[in-house]
Amino acid sequence: MDHPRRILYCHCAFAQVIPKDVKQGVLERLADSGADFECVPDLCEMSARREPLLQQLSEQPNTRIAACYPRAVQGLFTAAGSPLKESGLEIVNLRVLNVDEATEALLQPAAAETATPEVPETPGSETTNGELS
Amino acid sequence: MIAPANLKVQVLLYERFPAEPFEAGLRASLLAGLLDGGYPVQVLRGESETTERDRGNGENRILLGCFGGQPPMDDGEHGFERVRDVSGLGRDEILSLVEEAMGEVQEAPVGRRWKPWFPVIDFDRCTHCMQCLSFCLFDVYGATSDGKIQVQNESNCKTDCPACSRVCPEVAIMFPKYKAGPINGDAVSDDDVRREAMKVDISALLGGDIYALLRDRSEKAKSRFSKERDDERALRERERCLNKLKATASGLEIPGEVLASLPSADEIREKAEEARRKAQQALALGSTQQ
Repeated sequence: MDHPRRILYCHCAFAQVIPKDVKQGVLERLADSGADFECVPDLCEMSARREPLLQQLSEQPNTRIAACYPRAVQGLFTAAGSPLKESGLEIVNLRVLNVDEATEALLQPAAAETATPEVPETPGSETTNGELS
Repeated sequence: MIAPANLKVQVLLYERFPAEPFEAGLRASLLAGLLDGGYPVQVLRGESETTERDRGNGENRILLGCFGGQPPMDDGEHGFERVRDVSGLGRDEILSLVEEAMGEVQEAPVGRRWKPWFPVIDFDRCTHCMQCLSFCLFDVYGATSDGKIQVQNESNCKTDCPACSRVCPEVAIMFPKYKAGPINGDAVSDDDVRREAMKVDISALLGGDIYALLRDRSEKAKSRFSKERDDERALRERERCLNKLKATASGLEIPGEVLASLPSADEIREKAEEARRKAQQALALGSTQQ
């Protein structure tokens, strides 16, 4: 059975590494999109604190994460003892994408939902370093 | 490890029937306010059924909805411990309501004081060579019982110092909040690997003890500082010396504050020896496990 696509947004609260206008713009677009989504103040902080919520989030298949570089995001979950499920995982890099690109990557229908036969399973093969597929 | 949050409160913005949707402007502004306050938020709307995952642990969740004065779910019902009708309230009023409601289970939003700066290991690249453990004087690293590298004391890490990532020969150490790749998690190129390997060689040429070298230079700077009578001149001289030190260690990008706060030469030697001993133990343990 297909699981619905889940969206997780990281607000990267403690640093300016994600441009403020991108953070704000993506959050506003998500808020206005009508989609269900989750947001967290800062994945780094949650990882350092081994937040139980990270484990719940990591167990969800078919997740799109709006944060930073995929290697870093996966490392943060692994460091917290909650490695991400790779099935259907997509990481949207807000450090390199603009608001339009990031929002499109987050809200576009999943490949399976659009009847595209091949759904890449490997994280990074869809929206790794900010490159849109 | 940073003290784990005993209870991270999550806020649910509930817009499913029978709740009315939040006003568009209010929703985005409220989301930003909650995130800035340290609260994770889940937005539930549309036709979907509320799932077990949505309910989570009801004890540490608060559900906010515009129920027009008649919230259909009492506290405790449907797995949600706290349900609040926020019809007609503005952003600040809702934020105050959340603070008040969650004050019972959480003293204050956690993590507001510590910038989460710490190394994150890419275990697809790491070979558990323990160079980072040997290098770090601040006990950030340790080893697991089976001899694997582990970040154990995140809060000991010096904010904005990525030096350990510079000595990693495999470019396996990331600081996600660092400004540039590959330390920030960007893809690692062959050039990156070659460059980092060269830096390690330079470190070896210096006797493998960069901190001791830096410390010697720092001592000389301090000595000059103590002889100065004019405070302003002395301060300028100190800054000049620190800048020189920073230039010497520019490949490692150790912040001036870290250089200035280095312990005494004897303490450095002691800590370096202890770190090396730990690394050797971990390596020995790792080799017996293979």
